Amino acid sequence: MSSVRVLVGTRKGAFILTADGRRDRWDVSGPHFGGWEIYHVKASPADPSRLYASQSSSWFGQVVQRSSDGGRTWEAVGNKFVYDGPTGTHQWYDGTPHPWEFARVWHLEPSWHDPDTVYAGAEDAALFRTTDGGQTWQELPGLRTHPSGSVWQPGAGGMCLHTILLDPREAGRMFVAISAAGVFRTDDGGQTWRPMNRGLTSEGIPDPTAEVGHCVHRIAMHRSRPGVLFMQKHWDVMRSDDAGESWREVSGNLPTDFGFPIDVHAHEPETIYVVPITSDSHHYPPDGRLRVYRSRTGGGEWEALTEGLPQRHCYVNVLRDAMAVDALDPCGVYFGTSGGQVYVSPDAGDHWTPIVRDLPAVVSVEVQTLP
Amino acid sequence: MIRVVLPAHLRTLARVDGEVRLAVTGQVTQRAVLDALEAAYPALRGTMRDQATGRRRPFLRVFACEQDLSHDSPDAPLPEAVAAGAEPLLIVGAMAGG
Repeated sequence: MSSVRVLVGTRKGAFILTADGRRDRWDVSGPHFGGWEIYHVKASPADPSRLYASQSSSWFGQVVQRSSDGGRTWEAVGNKFVYDGPTGTHQWYDGTPHPWEFARVWHLEPSWHDPDTVYAGAEDAALFRTTDGGQTWQELPGLRTHPSGSVWQPGAGGMCLHTILLDPREAGRMFVAISAAGVFRTDDGGQTWRPMNRGLTSEGIPDPTAEVGHCVHRIAMHRSRPGVLFMQKHWDVMRSDDAGESWREVSGNLPTDFGFPIDVHAHEPETIYVVPITSDSHHYPPDGRLRVYRSRTGGGEWEALTEGLPQRHCYVNVLRDAMAVDALDPCGVYFGTSGGQVYVSPDAGDHWTPIVRDLPAVVSVEVQTLP
Repeated sequence: MIRVVLPAHLRTLARVDGEVRLAVTGQVTQRAVLDALEAAYPALRGTMRDQATGRRRPFLRVFACEQDLSHDSPDAPLPEAVAAGAEPLLIVGAMAGG
């Protein structure tokens, strides 16, 4: 029987949750790297035993951990993230120029094909790559040195490159998202980049429809249809049908279109999930009710999924990388909260149950489906 | 041998218990000790000094002989008691937790 392995990053360590295909009885291991912030843990699609974890601390900086046995043992690998060439400046919160400074790795995205190749999204926003299993990291400076870089500004969490989508069909194409700059696409393996923000409208920037400056919270695609992208922006849920060239709003009947994560069903490319959050200053669900919203129409029409989720006195947040889906049938959906719960729905969102209730605040959730 | 006491998280990362003992050739300075420490325990690279600038991380302090050496030049000689192995060099996480 197939099984699943859920990789959870929290403010105070990583946890690995495993279950068989029924997804009703769970083993929990961890904390791994207890006391450290684990922004992301992700497995190689090419080698399910190969995991990478971004471990960081305000005291001791950035560490990258690698496992070759599915998370049973780990080794620290390279952590030298140095910008390639003059760093220049971006905008600080007050609008003044601020030099680029590496703070941490938010997101690790292993290659579809090579377990030793991994992309890393950094704060301050930049894209790094390793081709030797994490021993050394090189920046792809074409992104950071894009002419618009001087006007990028940090979101509340810092100026982070938080989303990396590798096009499974076109080898040189990838998408990244930066808060608060927006979406960028490369078609040549990361040498050159174009902003992909046409159709976005954001209050809080001088020109609400500017080419860059949008606080994109996350983007997602279905592997079978990489030209269709879904976005949870600071406000607004958006959709692109032309690989990011243009976007249209699909917030529809959501109770609020602020939120962080967005994800796509493993087998239904038009079924997507978001977690509406009251507002950018509240960071908790409307009415104290934790609801995942599902659209089976690729946005526009949404239904609340509440069965098994707290519907009163719930004031947790769900961060941008804290939702994932497995590849079983029916598709499992997972998300983690700032209150330390990790929920699973083994039936595509119809019913939810907590796997764990009392972890440190959850930063990221990824899922592996194992044979 | 130079004695170094690491904070708990760095001991875990380096997979050591208790004090670390290092051989340092030449003048015993903060830089020489940290270089030797990182050479012996590569997992510690970048955790005490920024790898781009070489500067001490702001939340990391260096004490010895009841003195705060954090702001001394990294190339200043460490106290004789440290160089002689009588006293440890203390690498300390700044008092910023809570």
